[in-house]
Amino acid sequence: MEKKRPIKVLVAKPGLDGHDRGAKVVALGLRDEGMEVIYSGLRQTPEKIVQTAIQEDVDVIGLSCLSGAHNRLFPEITSRLKEKKMENVMVIAGGHIPEKDIAFLRENGISAVFGHGTPVKSIAEYIRQNIAFNL
Amino acid sequence: MGRLLEGSEIALAKLITLVENNPAGMTGVMPMIQHRLGKAFCIGLTGPPGAGKSSLASQVIKALRSAGAKVGVIAVDPTSPFTGGALLGDRVRMQDHYLDPGVFIRSMATRGSLGGLARATKDVIKLMDVFGFDYVLVETVGVGQTELDIMQTTDITVVVLVPEGGDGVQAMKAGLMEIGDIFVINKSDRPGADSMAVQLQGVLQMNPRYASAMPPVMLTQGTDGKGVAELVEAVRARQAILGDTDLEERRREKRNLEFEEILKWAVVEEWKGLAGSDEKLKDRLSEVVEGSKDPYTMLREIFPYGCIRPLTD
Ligand SMILES: Nc1nc2c(ncn2[C@@H]2O[C@H](COP(=O)(O)OP(=O)(O)OP(=O)(O)O)[C@@H](O)[C@H]2O)c(=O)[nH]1
Ligand SMILES: [Mg+2]
Repeated sequence: MEKKRPIKVLVAKPGLDGHDRGAKVVALGLRDEGMEVIYSGLRQTPEKIVQTAIQEDVDVIGLSCLSGAHNRLFPEITSRLKEKKMENVMVIAGGHIPEKDIAFLRENGISAVFGHGTPVKSIAEYIRQNIAFNL
Repeated sequence: MGRLLEGSEIALAKLITLVENNPAGMTGVMPMIQHRLGKAFCIGLTGPPGAGKSSLASQVIKALRSAGAKVGVIAVDPTSPFTGGALLGDRVRMQDHYLDPGVFIRSMATRGSLGGLARATKDVIKLMDVFGFDYVLVETVGVGQTELDIMQTTDITVVVLVPEGGDGVQAMKAGLMEIGDIFVINKSDRPGADSMAVQLQGVLQMNPRYASAMPPVMLTQGTDGKGVAELVEAVRARQAILGDTDLEERRREKRNLEFEEILKWAVVEEWKGLAGSDEKLKDRLSEVVEGSKDPYTMLREIFPYGCIRPLTD
């Protein structure tokens, strides 16, 4: 019998913008949904995000980016994960991401992009339904 | 397992997950690492919520790293008893070390464990020890009262307090005062640090635990690292005083306590398994649950001769 264990999520903010209100709301919301959430701070480089994901052995990385650099930063993160053979970590994203970029991001390993104002409950639901426990 | 010993961070991280999720996970691992244990020196940081434990940890990591030591960090935060979720925020204060290959930071949620640590903390310390860290730093959840767990887990315990009168006096009453090998008044940039230090020394002097030797009381600043060199010096001095014999003596006691803990866990697990499947036991248990039978009678009925028999060879 599979033991029930909490889902572990890293909420990370790549890029240079200094607004982490949204990221914090999501972090707290996912905690209230019963997940273990690591918040790693503002202005994280892709390298730092992946290093944190490795050490914490998370199931999910939630990226929030408001600076507009997502098309460069997000794929860098997913390709680093691949390099480390961590491609089974689910990567999801939110923030200011225009509709036209979503297809590109999905091609680059981002499982889902959540628009501004998506209720945290829906994000949690998506995670629970799509996660592949690798235990 | 081999990859852990070769220094694969991913292997270490996955093994931690294994023992965190399944206590029996260590059953397979321990026999392979037991003879390699004991090289790392383990430092505990405990104290009230927001006292600056994580900030101070970051400064201590910096000092230890500049002396060339490799450092593993276990940062524990509380699990909500209502949702089972947790926000693990200690790491944010340790950002300077995210990319340092000589530092490995792991956040853990308490998952229902009450003593300020996660159940698997001791096992994770062992994994970090065999991985090759010289020091393992353990930050407890912010605690207000005596937390013996940390003292029974680490080689030395640093109690972190703050100058604010209210908090300080609370902490003194609550008995955090008995578990420290070193006491730190952090946020010493704030008013009242010196008088807090004097008060604290007064309290410590009256405590029989410190009758033969007073623990150092130090002033620090987690934000800019003031006083941290002295703190690390005090830790090293303590490590040197403990030497090999006293350290081993302490560790023997801890291993004994640890075994008792595992024993309790194993007996309870076995009980749950049996009581879930055996109809007779189920019936008896329901009498206890309904309140028609007292738990002591029940215990005597299921273990008329005690539950552990002497070894026969
Ligand atoms: N003024 C001042 N603030 C400090 C000092 N050290 C830490 N802080 C601040 O105190 C706050 C709490 O610091 P943390 O390091 O997160 O405290 P903590 O004890 O780890 O907190 P918990 O893990 O939540 O119990 C932060 O805003 C720090 O910047 C200090 O020496 N002086
Ligand atoms: Mg902390």
